[in-house]
Amino acid sequence: MTQTIAKKNESVKHLPRLTTVSNDRLSKQKVVYQVEGFNLWYDETHALKDIELSVYDREITAIIGPSGCGKSTFLKSLNRMVELIPSVKTSGDISYQGNRILDKHFKVEQLRTKVGMVFQKPNPFPKSIYENIAYGPKIHGIKNKKILNQIVERSLRDAYLWDEVKDRLNENAYGLSGGQQQRLCIARALAIEPEVILMDEPTSALDPVSTSKIEELIQELKSKYSIVIVTHNMQQAARISDRTAFFLNGEIIEFDLTESLFSNPSDQRTEDYITGRFG
Amino acid sequence: MDHNVNQESINVQELIQQKSMSQKVSHKIGKMIPSILFLFAAVSILTTVGIIYTLLSEAIEFFKIVPIWEFFSSTTLKPLSQNPEFGILPLINGTIISSIIAILVAGPVGLMAAVYLSEYASDRVRRLLKPTLEVLAGIPTVVYGFFAFTFVTPIIRSVWPDVEATNILSPGIVMGIMIIPMIASLSEDALTSVPNTIREGALSLGATKLETTFKVVIPAALSGVIASFVLAISRAIGETMIVTIASGSSKNFTFDITESMQTMTAYIVEVSSGDAAAGTPIYYSIYAVAIALFVMTFVMNLLARAISRRFREEY
Repeated sequence: MTQTIAKKNESVKHLPRLTTVSNDRLSKQKVVYQVEGFNLWYDETHALKDIELSVYDREITAIIGPSGCGKSTFLKSLNRMVELIPSVKTSGDISYQGNRILDKHFKVEQLRTKVGMVFQKPNPFPKSIYENIAYGPKIHGIKNKKILNQIVERSLRDAYLWDEVKDRLNENAYGLSGGQQQRLCIARALAIEPEVILMDEPTSALDPVSTSKIEELIQELKSKYSIVIVTHNMQQAARISDRTAFFLNGEIIEFDLTESLFSNPSDQRTEDYITGRFG
Repeated sequence: MDHNVNQESINVQELIQQKSMSQKVSHKIGKMIPSILFLFAAVSILTTVGIIYTLLSEAIEFFKIVPIWEFFSSTTLKPLSQNPEFGILPLINGTIISSIIAILVAGPVGLMAAVYLSEYASDRVRRLLKPTLEVLAGIPTVVYGFFAFTFVTPIIRSVWPDVEATNILSPGIVMGIMIIPMIASLSEDALTSVPNTIREGALSLGATKLETTFKVVIPAALSGVIASFVLAISRAIGETMIVTIASGSSKNFTFDITESMQTMTAYIVEVSSGDAAAGTPIYYSIYAVAIALFVMTFVMNLLARAISRRFREEY
């Protein structure tokens, strides 16, 4: 009992900091996602507790935390991919551009057309490189070959993959290296020109060289897209993100500008985590 | 639960030493195991070789009486007439037509059942439905045969009176029903083995479940699906009782599915259950037909293997 009270006090204690964030120099920026009082259960397991978080336009929001803290679950809630697990139940509110996406009548395909996703393990379709990129535009009704060609080239260029694959567009995507496959998956997400890209530990299965290529790419993409990235790599969060949320046991312990979170954490647990005392 | 009683008196190394005598014996047996297992494996291979040898040697006798080119080019089969004629084409025709009807029935139904089971059904429904479907595969074919003759044929004739009492359409349809479980089960295996990450990739692009299934999952599982079709066709080609009962024994060379036709298997049943004396041309003819049948199903099985290699999409 006392523990829960203590926890509650702590979460109240860091609330003022959230308001300071909104008064910050970046606060004029448009909010893309507004998450309020969001809870999620897997059967009886309370995996996400009272999540409050805002994702801002053209920013990189990093989500860090130890394994099993719910960061991937939270990311997958943002495009409702989490519902693929039948036992999931949610409460609270997530609004995307002012639309309540958890609403029963909300069309999830529409949301996912605007919100792309890149997964932990590269998951290209077992098709040609070209078809991988063209798939998204095609299912949304773009049939014109010329336009598709343009989309494919531009998406691959934006993902810095074009030069490596331009001569083998009709080869199977599984012939690419892991890092190339992941950039292909990013290009595939870019092909339908989403507004937001969700990235679920996109570099965890890759070697250091591929990782740094993808990190550079993510920072390039910031000029056009809002990005939410889950990472267990704190250095990565510190290097590339504008804001960072620290998750622990399904709760947000701290959400702040990356700079302040890493240099001057307001919560002891955040400090313990970023200094490597656990996790 | 007292662990400490004999704790000090146990010496594991000593126990191992004591056992090492019997270990030497089991080591020798262990060395012989591969040869023993080889014998078991050889049984099936030797049987196959024996069957092929018998078929070939008897078929060669047949081709001494009936020239091989006549056998494979003539469209008349009159084994029991005064001047018997032996052309296998009516039988091949009947076999192919009944198999095509079967796959036209079983292909779409089986694949859609597989899609439902792997993509849409809840765990509970799947656990209930899959075994039920597999029960269909356990029904004796003779039951399917009189089901075709006494149940399906009358229904067809009530809507399409031109259809004869024995016809190729009805057993074709019933053979299709018979092979649905095979296609459904094998295709379902192929579909479920497509990793979920690929489905997630498609869904994350805003694809509906239907688009994901038909444009990503089925193409990814295509090799397995096609292989299941080919194996099912091969099963239909070899099927005997249903066509014997429901398609009669007219050796028509026709493409009219309302008529009675005979398949290769049904011909072998007819001749071998009649009183064809050993050594007569009609007796030898069933070996020639059997060889042709064997080659057909063998080619289909090779084809299934080739296809599943050719279309294997790596993921």
